[in-house]
Amino acid sequence: MNSNYETHEHDVLIIGAGGAGLRAAIEALAQGVSVGVVCKSLLGKAHTVMAEGGIAAAMANVDEADDWRTHFRDTLRGGKFLNNWRMAQLHATEAPERVRELEQWGALFDRTENGEILQRAFGGHTFKRLCHVGDRTGLEMIRTLQDRGVHLGIDVYMECTITRLLKDGDRIAGAFGYWREQGRFVIFKAKSVVICTGGIGKAWKITSNSWEYTGDGMALAYDAGAELMDMEFVQFHPTGMVWPPGVQGILVTEAVRGEGGILRNKDGERFMERYDPKKLELSTRDVVARSIYTEVREGRGTEHGGAFLDISHKPADYVKRKLPSMYHQFLELADVDITKGPMEVGPTCHYMMGGIRVDAETAQASIPGLFAAGEAAVGLHGANRLGGNSLSDLLVFGRRAGLAAAEQARRCAAPTIDSSQIQEAERSMLTPFERPDGDSPYAIHEDLQGAMQSLVGIFRNEEDLRQALSQLEKLSERAARVRVEGSRLFNPGWHLAWDLHSMLTVAEAVTRSALARRESRGAHSRIDYPALDDAWGKKHNVVVKKAGTMTLVESPVLEMPDDLKQLFAEESAPK
Amino acid sequence: MAQGSFAEATLRVFRGDSKGGAPADYRVPLVPGMVVLDALHSVQSHQAPDLAVRWNCKAGKCGSCSAEVNGRPRLTCKTRMDSLPLDQPITIFPMKAFPVIKDLVTDVSWNFTVNKKIPPFSPRPGVAWKMYQRDVDRVQEFRKCIECFLCQNVCHVLREHGKQEQFGGPRFFVRTASLEMHPLDGVSRTRVLKENLGIGLCNITKCCTEVCPEDIHITDNAIIPLKERVVDEFYDPLLMLVRKIRGAKKV
Ligand SMILES: Cc1cc2nc3c(=O)[nH]c(=O)nc-3n(C[C@H](O)[C@H](O)[C@H](O)COP(=O)(O)OP(=O)(O)OC[C@H]3O[C@@H](n4cnc5c(N)ncnc54)[C@H](O)[C@@H]3O)c2cc1C
Ligand code: SF4
Ligand code: SF4
Ligand code: FES
Repeated sequence: MNSNYETHEHDVLIIGAGGAGLRAAIEALAQGVSVGVVCKSLLGKAHTVMAEGGIAAAMANVDEADDWRTHFRDTLRGGKFLNNWRMAQLHATEAPERVRELEQWGALFDRTENGEILQRAFGGHTFKRLCHVGDRTGLEMIRTLQDRGVHLGIDVYMECTITRLLKDGDRIAGAFGYWREQGRFVIFKAKSVVICTGGIGKAWKITSNSWEYTGDGMALAYDAGAELMDMEFVQFHPTGMVWPPGVQGILVTEAVRGEGGILRNKDGERFMERYDPKKLELSTRDVVARSIYTEVREGRGTEHGGAFLDISHKPADYVKRKLPSMYHQFLELADVDITKGPMEVGPTCHYMMGGIRVDAETAQASIPGLFAAGEAAVGLHGANRLGGNSLSDLLVFGRRAGLAAAEQARRCAAPTIDSSQIQEAERSMLTPFERPDGDSPYAIHEDLQGAMQSLVGIFRNEEDLRQALSQLEKLSERAARVRVEGSRLFNPGWHLAWDLHSMLTVAEAVTRSALARRESRGAHSRIDYPALDDAWGKKHNVVVKKAGTMTLVESPVLEMPDDLKQLFAEESAPK
Repeated sequence: MAQGSFAEATLRVFRGDSKGGAPADYRVPLVPGMVVLDALHSVQSHQAPDLAVRWNCKAGKCGSCSAEVNGRPRLTCKTRMDSLPLDQPITIFPMKAFPVIKDLVTDVSWNFTVNKKIPPFSPRPGVAWKMYQRDVDRVQEFRKCIECFLCQNVCHVLREHGKQEQFGGPRFFVRTASLEMHPLDGVSRTRVLKENLGIGLCNITKCCTEVCPEDIHITDNAIIPLKERVVDEFYDPLLMLVRKIRGAKKV
């Protein structure tokens, strides 16, 4: 290997320092191996910090009848049975222990009267199940994990972006990246690599996601030969801010509805009565997002094209205590006092159900030594994720990934990396500086967001999706000729130029998968195929790179064992 | 909302790196509800693609976008353009107490080294894991901290006197308070506060409290009670003894 590059060596390299990455790191470290964690932002700023509403775990602290079986059933029903049943089972059974463990590491959740962790209601959950801290649950979680990880001795490489996975034959050998600060390149040599890089919301215009959500991990894995699955399932959260335009897309937590918020259209109708009279505002996100969208399309939306969400019937003190950051967010950014009047809300691109295909028990991808967890991985959520199930996903599968990655690292010898991969990685990063002309990365990004927003949004049809594919092709050509100005020193234009590659790769995977799935299920709504199709309920869409081109293959949904099937039969039997 | 009264604003943004730099002016079209961070993004997309700015959430939750706007340390994502006088240039400078990397991005890595000095949460052995909201409330205030480091930036002990070696800064007093006042924590950090974090250097000017975007009462609720503990433990042996005899129930 070339010694011209700054090189770090670890048994386990974790890409991403959100909830999944940090939990994986803590577990791998506990196994006695050396662990490095790389992240694009400063430590503690990952997406997980923004999570508000809570973490789902059947602890039965508020509703005594709750247990893992109900959580399991809710998760599969929400996911329209496209979930990996084994992941859903592991998740439902292990989540309570993961939450308790967090508390033992210093996290402080809101309490019940008898001193237990308090739980609140959320869409699609039968019982009050979300452990929370006001509306800043993610902050509590990431700070707890971050402090524990740092004190245990993980090496953190902050503001460092990975741009390529390195391989030794078929197996993983490490990763190549650059320091954002100086623009210098860096190589990480590792026996196993865990991808915890989160989602892809930045490919859409209206989104709750941060600049980091450019689908890097999915694209890195795909480029290295791993499989991406069920990429058509993109969650549009029903409630983002819609006005003023400067704040469009910023999340309004589902906890507002969990605490009793009511949705109305411009005529004052509680329109959820039409779409889901039983669960109303606490229906699943796909249903609520579509309902709001439909109200707007049919002319019953608010002035700025959304719906009203009202919590002002609750005592002002209660609202400020339970939803403090929502209170401030609306007061400061939109001049609205939510204790006195309604908020204006509309759907915003929020979460990626699809991702890197992994084994349920070990989180290993189809490449030896490569693992994935959190939003970058697929399986737990099926066609639609329930609120709160992501934070518990991070802990349950972050831990499993860290454990398996450490075991793998202990089993195998150090890999070797041939220098041609590195030179190639370096060259592709540097060429944008050398071009005399070409598009600005910002212009390409804006056009990508426009295309995805209008053509691959909540409601889809064949014509739009085909048009999206041809636009993506043109955008890819433009991206291949992108030009970067300035130096390598902390240069956001350069950073975005690379992110574009990830976004375009993942956007194409989403669009191709959406085109193939000729039915409507969960978050994927085809106007031209509005019904559920049983045949499609039995298969996943898998995307893989074959001879340089994106290829779609179908893969059967794993058959659920009888004892789990029985859980659904029992519940629907008359009591 | 001050809509349409000024169609454009001028941003006067520091451009430069560790070797030096100067402000540059950019004209930016105004959009209703726009925050300073949006204006900076607009400059990036159309005029200066290499303008370095940190941000993540754009919702006041991650503490990445700190800068000095018209001389006041603030989160740029929570500073509305229409709250500023738009007939004059809006100055946007990096946080002064930290070394500049480029433009508005500063090197805040020192903070991460301070954090390592603080002994982590260590539950008392054999406790039952029950806590009551009234006990948790007080600590939750400190846990709201988003690590924007604005308080560190304004504290004169760091900003003017550069005592980074001896002094932890308000953020880390808040952090220590969150551990010390945790209902189930079992170790004392008073020695660390006195010797490693230099809490004695704080003279309670409250500048830190004034800039905290999370409204944490840094001085009154964290620093003063911690100072009292230090005094009790190191300068009042009798009180210490009484506490020990009472079974060291932490308050
Ligand atoms: C506003 C908001 C509110 C939410 N509320 C809830 C909620 O209440 N409950 C719930 O369950 N879920 C919620 N979610 C969803 C949940 O927060 C996320 O799905 C989850 O935090 C993802 O965690 P993660 O560990 O997979 O990734 P993240 O926390 O996003 O971390 C990704 C990490 O990967 C790093 N990274 C990315 N690309 C690279 C690269 N190329 N090189 C190096 N590092 C890289 C990033 O720097 C970051 O450290 C919310 C999401 C949002 C946006
Ligand atoms: S009160 Fe103390 S910590 Fe806060 S700014 Fe003043 S000297 Fe610094
Ligand atoms: S205490 Fe307040 S000002 Fe200081 S870092 Fe935390 S949030 Fe920022
Ligand atoms: S961008 Fe997160 S606080 Fe401003």
